[in-house]
Amino acid sequence: MARISLSSNLATYTGGETKLELEVANVRQLFHALGERYPDLRPRLETDLAVAIDGEVYQDALLQQIAGDSEVLLFTKIAGG
Amino acid sequence: MAKHRVTATVNGDAVEFLCETRQTLLEVLRDELRLTGTKEGCGTGDCGACSVTVDERLVCSCLVLGVEAQGKSIQTIEGMAGDKELHPLQRKFLEHAALQCGICTPGILIAARSLLERNPDPTEGELRYWLAGNLCRCTGYHKIVEAVLDAAREMRGG
Amino acid sequence: MSTMVKYEEKELRVVGTRPLRPDGVDKVTGRARFAADYNLPGQLIGKVLRSPHAHARIKSIDTSKAKALPGVKAVVTRDDFADMPVEYALSGELTINFRDVTRNMMAREKVLYDGHPVAALAATSEWIAREAIKLIKVEYEVLPHVIDVLEAMKPGAPLLHEEQYTQDVTPKPDRPSNIAKRLAFSRGDIEAGFRQADLIIERTFNTKPVHQCYIEPQACLASYTEDGQVELWTATQGHFVFRAQCAKVLQMDVSKIRVTPTEIGGGFGGKTNIYTEPLAIALSRKSHRPVKMVMTREDVFRATGPTSGANVRIKMGCTRDGRITAAEAELNFQAGAFAGSSVGQASMCAFTRYDLDNVRVVGNDVTVNRPKVAAYRAPGAPIPVFGVESVIDEMAKKFGIDPIEFRLRNAAKEGTQTYYGPKLGRIGYIETLEKARAHPHYSAPVGPNQGRGVATGFWYSIGKETCVALNINEDGTVTLMLGTVDVAGGSRASMAMMVAEELGIDYDKVRPIIGDTSSLGFNFVTAGSRSTFASGMASVLAARQAIEKMRQRVAQIREVPLDDVIWKDGQALPAGSAAKQFAPMSLTEIAKVAGKTGGAIAGHVEINAQGAGPGFGTHIVDVEVDKQTGLIKILRYTVVQDVGKAIHPAYVEGQFQGGAVQGIGWALNEEYVYGGDGVLQNPGFLDYRVPVFSDVPFIDTVIVEVPNPNHPYGVRGCGEVPIIVPMAAIANAVENAIGIRLCEQPMSPPRVLKAIGEAAAGNLKV
Repeated sequence: MARISLSSNLATYTGGETKLELEVANVRQLFHALGERYPDLRPRLETDLAVAIDGEVYQDALLQQIAGDSEVLLFTKIAGG
Repeated sequence: MAKHRVTATVNGDAVEFLCETRQTLLEVLRDELRLTGTKEGCGTGDCGACSVTVDERLVCSCLVLGVEAQGKSIQTIEGMAGDKELHPLQRKFLEHAALQCGICTPGILIAARSLLERNPDPTEGELRYWLAGNLCRCTGYHKIVEAVLDAAREMRGG
Repeated sequence: MSTMVKYEEKELRVVGTRPLRPDGVDKVTGRARFAADYNLPGQLIGKVLRSPHAHARIKSIDTSKAKALPGVKAVVTRDDFADMPVEYALSGELTINFRDVTRNMMAREKVLYDGHPVAALAATSEWIAREAIKLIKVEYEVLPHVIDVLEAMKPGAPLLHEEQYTQDVTPKPDRPSNIAKRLAFSRGDIEAGFRQADLIIERTFNTKPVHQCYIEPQACLASYTEDGQVELWTATQGHFVFRAQCAKVLQMDVSKIRVTPTEIGGGFGGKTNIYTEPLAIALSRKSHRPVKMVMTREDVFRATGPTSGANVRIKMGCTRDGRITAAEAELNFQAGAFAGSSVGQASMCAFTRYDLDNVRVVGNDVTVNRPKVAAYRAPGAPIPVFGVESVIDEMAKKFGIDPIEFRLRNAAKEGTQTYYGPKLGRIGYIETLEKARAHPHYSAPVGPNQGRGVATGFWYSIGKETCVALNINEDGTVTLMLGTVDVAGGSRASMAMMVAEELGIDYDKVRPIIGDTSSLGFNFVTAGSRSTFASGMASVLAARQAIEKMRQRVAQIREVPLDDVIWKDGQALPAGSAAKQFAPMSLTEIAKVAGKTGGAIAGHVEINAQGAGPGFGTHIVDVEVDKQTGLIKILRYTVVQDVGKAIHPAYVEGQFQGGAVQGIGWALNEEYVYGGDGVLQNPGFLDYRVPVFSDVPFIDTVIVEVPNPNHPYGVRGCGEVPIIVPMAAIANAVENAIGIRLCEQPMSPPRVLKAIGEAAAGNLKV
């Protein structure tokens, strides 16, 4: 089971929950599972969030693999100017 | 509105064009003579991107009327390089990476050449004040100053 | 595929040198073609009618007299564009909402700022267009307006959008608000952190909006032909994003729009959104002729996106030996007429330079009657950093700790947990602090009314969608087609250098060009310090792909196993382990026979680059304050910044110097000035004062290279960090010069004099 954490600013969409475990093989499955669990989070998943898998940051990487014992963190995407 | 017929010299070549009274020299250069090297950054004489010389006088061409060019000799960026090679200022700009986006570059080259024609050995301060009418937003001015001082050195034979 | 290519240390031949840029000769001779330099036969000139009011309902628009003027060939208003539902786009720079994009492009129910487009037309000449604009009659119901961010947040403030309810607040609000969104980041226990502190400092900082002030106003030329195809030339930092946005608002297929990015006269984030492009296309569609639209400088100030003005409250606590125990920030940012400021990025950058256990950041995105803000070089970050680095300086001074030493005691490093999400990887913050401390500038003497200030900045960079095509020509030279616009920085030269390095050939054998939208797959905008990183990674991968193909080709030609062929110094050679020796083939030799042995050799890569590495910088500035006039003079300035690897050191220096001077302008003089009627009073370079040659000295630069482990050459983006630091560094220097802490930006002479007066009268809290 991958260990999922959500950054503190996302707690407002999850009723305060920021830690959970999920059986998911890639980012797309992760987003799907989170969207099911937290409907308020769903609109933000693909547009607003980046994912760190075992310390490496990924943005717009739906097929990025998540291993069985990975540490996964979701947080706000970054942009620039 | 009836147009005026104007004859002048641009970069050493005789030219003839028609323009309305209200057209600026900048518009005439870009739209009538198709010399688009001179740029419009503000249209109000505050940025220097449209710098040219008229009878060796440095001006903002957006503040000069097309009809005022009658009988005068105008130099724009297109005339800066000789028939065979780049002017030392142009070469030094390339060597020193004194340009980034390049939109202010023609105006600054014209203004810098105008300074060196009057004062072949300017101090850093004299150079900065002469060019204060030319805005650059990309470079922070540093490499431009280095390039002009280096070109001046070369042109003095140093 | 989402791609991360690891760094390999090796000896370099081309990367790190300083060749001339390929676009240089054209730019110094006036040949380079910027958007306003393009012309098509039969073209019309397009102009926009803009709102004279900061806030008003549009009751009617009558274009009949304008249409009737001889020479006017097409007129468009809101009726010519489809209304868009709320829809967030992935292709935007910040997440954009198309309902807002279409309204910013052309007002629908209301005008929301002085300069908001209400109608547009195209005529056979500039003068006829100007006359015709005056003939359009618009009936407005003027409404009260609000510009100040704190005023806009109050209940009862004039409301811009009746259907806007603050997002992400619980419980859900029952009233609409100008606060579009609220966000909050936290870590640890902030109250406990303050209890542990020996000193708590709380200060409020106010900044005014500033504009990117690229010297080239926006310009575009659109040609819509009867088969529904569009050609568009425009000054843009992202032609693929512009294509996507135009296609959406005009309801066209993406493939029918071909956007060519022209040489661009500066962008800095301000040319990542469409403004007149869809209007020009729509006018061209109506008139059956090409339409050229060039903004005036006044249009640029009134209607394109500047930064937010902001109100920022910083509260920090530390122990007497200089350890920060708590850090809190409240950031109130103007979004302009539509939601979506950079308060999110600002929140994430405010404290990230430090290893902190207890952090709380709250941000508010607030709509006000000004143009919608756009990105400006490290969007949002300079604003909270102005506050945070000022407070840190105060804390250090209180306990007699050297300001660099104080920062070192709290510095973030590899493995530091950020408060917004991930842990930091390998970074170079400490290295920049140490190099700054060791720099002669740091220990040079200062005179009366002079002072030295230090401050630091951080910016993460991004990667994102990038496509590159590399073709080996029949004579062995190489053409590299890039999709990231070279917004001045010289990136196309840097990509060519990396390709030359990979292939083992000379730099001048590689010709980089920027392809139009029909030539490559999707490329994200040039922003976020991403182009050398992402296009560089893609170029390297394309070169490696081409090398693979050449190895295969040589194996076939020489009839040896593939494993026996290696690539070195521009040629295919037998491997040490090769059973059979064979005559090497150079890239040129392979290219000559490529056509007859299977076809031309190319590499093309389509990636979503991941692994961008954050950059850190430390600046030192010396100022002199004239107490009679309030003028702050910059005496000396040094930029120390980690860039991972400087592919072309002169271009990196150029980014440091250019960004620092923009930051100096932001600190000292730049601001939007509004009248009581909400109309912009200084839409020009005379009264909006950017730094000129005589305002700044030489800017010393120190390039630090702590390689980014996720890029083949270790590149980190470098373009944005330099603008983040000057405001704070200068405020710190002024405090050291005259003992007064300035918390209002810009630190222009009237404000400085006022602060000096208040301090003398004992009114100012020092």
